[in-house]
Amino acid sequence: MGRLEIGMGPKEAAEALAKAFPSEIKETAEFQGQVSVTVSKDRIRDMMRFLHDDPALEFHFLSDICGVDYLDKKEPRFEVVYNLFSLPNKTSLRIKAQVAAEDLKIDSVVSVWAGANWRERECFDMFGIRFSGHPDLRRLLMPEDWDGYPLCKDYPLQSDLGDKEWQGYKDVIDTAESNKKYGVR
Amino acid sequence: MQSEKEITTKYLTLNMGPQHPATHGVLRLVLDLDGETVVKCTPHIGYLHRGMEKWSESRTYPTAMPLMNRLDYVAAVANEIGYCVAVERLLGVEVPERAKYIRTMTAEMVRICSHIIWLAAHAIDIGAMTVFLYSMRDRETLLDLFEMLCGARLLHIYPRIGGVRCDVSQEFLDGVYKFTDKFPKLIEEYETLIDQNRIWFQRTKGIGVIGAEEAINLGLTGPTLRGSGVAYDIRKVSPYDAYDKVEFDVPVGKNCDVYDRYRCRMDEFRQSNRIIRQCVEKLPDGLVLNPDAPGLDMLPGPIKKAAPVPAPEADAVPVMSPAGPAFTEIYSATEVPKGELGYYIVSDGTGKPYRMRIRTPSFMHISALPRFCEGNLVADVIALIGTIDIVLGECDR
Repeated sequence: MGRLEIGMGPKEAAEALAKAFPSEIKETAEFQGQVSVTVSKDRIRDMMRFLHDDPALEFHFLSDICGVDYLDKKEPRFEVVYNLFSLPNKTSLRIKAQVAAEDLKIDSVVSVWAGANWRERECFDMFGIRFSGHPDLRRLLMPEDWDGYPLCKDYPLQSDLGDKEWQGYKDVIDTAESNKKYGVR
Repeated sequence: MQSEKEITTKYLTLNMGPQHPATHGVLRLVLDLDGETVVKCTPHIGYLHRGMEKWSESRTYPTAMPLMNRLDYVAAVANEIGYCVAVERLLGVEVPERAKYIRTMTAEMVRICSHIIWLAAHAIDIGAMTVFLYSMRDRETLLDLFEMLCGARLLHIYPRIGGVRCDVSQEFLDGVYKFTDKFPKLIEEYETLIDQNRIWFQRTKGIGVIGAEEAINLGLTGPTLRGSGVAYDIRKVSPYDAYDKVEFDVPVGKNCDVYDRYRCRMDEFRQSNRIIRQCVEKLPDGLVLNPDAPGLDMLPGPIKKAAPVPAPEADAVPVMSPAGPAFTEIYSATEVPKGELGYYIVSDGTGKPYRMRIRTPSFMHISALPRFCEGNLVADVIALIGTIDIVLGECDR
């Protein structure tokens, strides 16, 4: 691990990224030793390709992808967060791509990391963010016919039916009633 | 007579699970078969989806703890420790030395428990019944020790933000030490049962080969990755708790197949045993819980800065400002028995997380399952599900 000595820490990695894509970087922040870079989403795949392939950075390991919904707190509303890790440098870096609610699209990075596949699917499932170029963008954890995107901040935590009965339950009861005349119990 | 060209064949679609004993929970695989060869494998998950990420957004940090041990329910303490470490890093809470050692010890005990479950299930899937009975017998010893420690056998809720719930008794330490004395012999016992068995070799050697580079690219972690020869272990790379104060090696494989992953986990038994021993020997005296750490009475409103902080540079690292939603975020990874458990927490300065993302190893491993299965025989699918060591509670969250 000789490379640690020449100091390719998270800050240096963020600087290298800023040098290669000066117009894309919005903000760089550090908290508890972790560096996060906020970027615009337009060239996200190029940036990730650069971080993965650059011989000095080598972010070969994609720890995680997730979405965050900043409803009424931040503009643009959504962020897609990439947590990267470089095995040779033992350095982690966080990239946050801003996605506006009016244009819920971002380029997929499955061509860079095969492991991004399901995490992008989950992000689509939970926030409705579409990943262009994804090979198989379907719902993953929620049922296929589910309405809405559960992890959005405007999605209710509890049912808004109140005392009313759920239509699906009523349907089951009705079917059971109508089956009685055929002797089905 | 029909020539070979005219005979049309089509793939047979086989639905495996969600109620299949070898899928280790409720995993459903749709396999397209050409004869006995798997052409396409499509996993379907979500049967155990309980919305934990959404759920924990509505709870304060300490009260979200019982959710976390329901991720990987065969290694509950490991998940709880991962969560506590993440919140401690976020809020800047110090942990007393003694608590660090106790946590390390329990995390390794539960690693042994989890690997025992894995070994038992993996062996029984491939057809070796006896290992199951032997290893379950020894897991019982550990579960009894956990019961002595905190009253619970499986879902412990033992760690707390800033330490652990209660101190350990001398009786418990003696029991643990006695266990570490005899456990290496027991590992040898398991190995004699299967490691000289020709059927075991034929079912595991050369099956499910994934090279180092591809394994990293797929996002595999834990013993599944280390079997491919990558020495990536978070306990070494970014140590938490007392892992930087104990000695242990990271076993890695060479041939990247099912057998090498099995060897890795068997060697991890020995390393975990070594860590537990050192923890008992080096256990320092002192508090087990930071008195300033947020407890169950934590309020959901803005967190106030603790006034009397003895550290001189307390102002330089403000825990959180009570005014306005200044977002702070942390990604904290810990090594649970199955791989990398990561928590990405976004905080808006209140007692509840604004966003809690849980990155679980089983989720990543199942997403790589098509790569493992495609091109292999349908009988090998069982061995391959076993080798990636999954728990569906963790996958679906």
